[in-house]
Amino acid sequence: MKLTGKAWKFGDDVNTDEIIPARYLNVSDAFELAAHCMEDIDPDFMKKISKGDIIVADKNFGCGSSREHAPLAIKTAGISCVIAKSFARIFYRNSINIGLPILECAEAASKISEGDQIEIDLSSGTIINLTKKETYKSHPFPEFMQKIISAGGLMNYVTQRD
Amino acid sequence: MTITEKILAHHAGKDSVVPGELIMAKLDVVLANDITAPLGIEEFRKAGAKKVFDKDKIVLVADHFTPNKDIKSAEQVKYMRDFAREQEITHFYDVGQMGIEHALLPEQGLVLPGDAILGADSHTCTYGAVGAFSTGSGSTDFASAMITGEAWFKVPESMKFVFNGKLNKWVGGKDLILYIIGDIGVDGALYRAMEFAGSAISSLSMDGRLTMCNMAIEAGGKSGIVPPDDITLEYVKPRAKREFKIYASDTDAKYCDIRDYDASKIEPQVAFPFKPENTKGISEVGNVNIDQSVIGSCTNGRMEDLRIAAGILKGKKVHPYVRLIVLPGTQTIYLQALREGLIEIFVEAGGVVSTPTCGPCLGGHMGVLANGERSISTTNRNFRGRMGHIDSEVYLSGPAIAAASAVLGRIASPEEIGK
Repeated sequence: MKLTGKAWKFGDDVNTDEIIPARYLNVSDAFELAAHCMEDIDPDFMKKISKGDIIVADKNFGCGSSREHAPLAIKTAGISCVIAKSFARIFYRNSINIGLPILECAEAASKISEGDQIEIDLSSGTIINLTKKETYKSHPFPEFMQKIISAGGLMNYVTQRD
Repeated sequence: MTITEKILAHHAGKDSVVPGELIMAKLDVVLANDITAPLGIEEFRKAGAKKVFDKDKIVLVADHFTPNKDIKSAEQVKYMRDFAREQEITHFYDVGQMGIEHALLPEQGLVLPGDAILGADSHTCTYGAVGAFSTGSGSTDFASAMITGEAWFKVPESMKFVFNGKLNKWVGGKDLILYIIGDIGVDGALYRAMEFAGSAISSLSMDGRLTMCNMAIEAGGKSGIVPPDDITLEYVKPRAKREFKIYASDTDAKYCDIRDYDASKIEPQVAFPFKPENTKGISEVGNVNIDQSVIGSCTNGRMEDLRIAAGILKGKKVHPYVRLIVLPGTQTIYLQALREGLIEIFVEAGGVVSTPTCGPCLGGHMGVLANGERSISTTNRNFRGRMGHIDSEVYLSGPAIAAASAVLGRIASPEEIGK
């Protein structure tokens, strides 16, 4: 699966309260959640991004609460992938489970600048910076994880498989 | 093996496991709340599931936005309530019976030593205090666990934190865990099991241990655990309604890191905005005025916490510029506090006492902050905007500092009262 979009940069320890503030958790509707994606860290985020864009962050992205609403808001907002130096573990698991591709790659996280055009090949784990003409390597997703992502999440994958 | 490895091996039907190994583990308890359950129930339906794996092993608690704070929250709780009734879930806790989940489950004896527990709430790591493996997950993992009664895990490496020496006055479990987070950072235990040991832990109350394990997630930990001892047994025996198993770490168990601390050198801790790792000893805080003091939550809403706070507030008045909000963790704690006269002390001091709810901790209700306002709070997170307006601030502490600060109007030690 190939993903292409513009990079939006964030720092260390972006927490799930910033990704989707708890005051909006009185609903589970993905589109209502997405309307407030990243609101407490960048109030204009939803106005700036285009479908397919990519979030690039430093260490421990998605720390804090276990709310699955966080990766769900990011995915529904149209973000195609999150690249970070490292992820908080519950966020990592939740992202795969709902079908949001996320890649750990310290080199990409430090070399990509905001606005760079990025292309990602999930099957090989290759991240190409089209603006800077650089290539970074992340671990490729194993086949079953690629299938979970393309099915749109774990539950879809499990039901399709049966 | 460590205690965590032994529990996971047992639940995976294996003689032994090693860190990094992927296992499928049977679960003793599967938990969710009014925020995480609705998404999970949707996933449960999406998967075409008809029945939960065991109606006695699922716990659903309406604690976050309850008593319902608005119509949308009411709909979420109703969705969970309807599901609980349809599935005849034994342990569904609604307003009147409910408490803050991580105060409620240990109190009711629903989580026991040796258990493997998955909860759709990050603070599910709290139950390590009774000697269980317990970790937080999202709603999809919760849904899958409701169907199968199992979850896959990567066996975590264990990190050991040893506290020896006598605790100083006003220092409790909250101060020890804040001290650790200040030392290792908010991702210092990422993916790891945090094991607490040493003479200061052996003499720490169950309430103190629950507070410590509760905040393992704030260091990125997968779980926190205190190996069971006499204090654990005294707590769980009268509460347990099923068998449980005691595990201990072997003397040659492998840890990726062992950290030794002299507990007698630790003073009450305060975590400054906007990360729990921004800790300072109370003597280094300086002059920080506050608008609100919150005493409660899954971290510090238990009897010991309320007793400490009441001991400081007795016969005192809350500073005129401060709103003191006290939230007993469960109905049982509420009633006990009432019987002991603690509620009277809080009200006479000029504080308010709320029904159990997670409310203010996550900026939900019952104490949301305005632009520029500051709260000292015994909760667990001080992220930007956590308790309300994006430009409000939360400082984390134990109940002693929160109570003293409510009286003095600034973050301070109880030692300063009356000076």
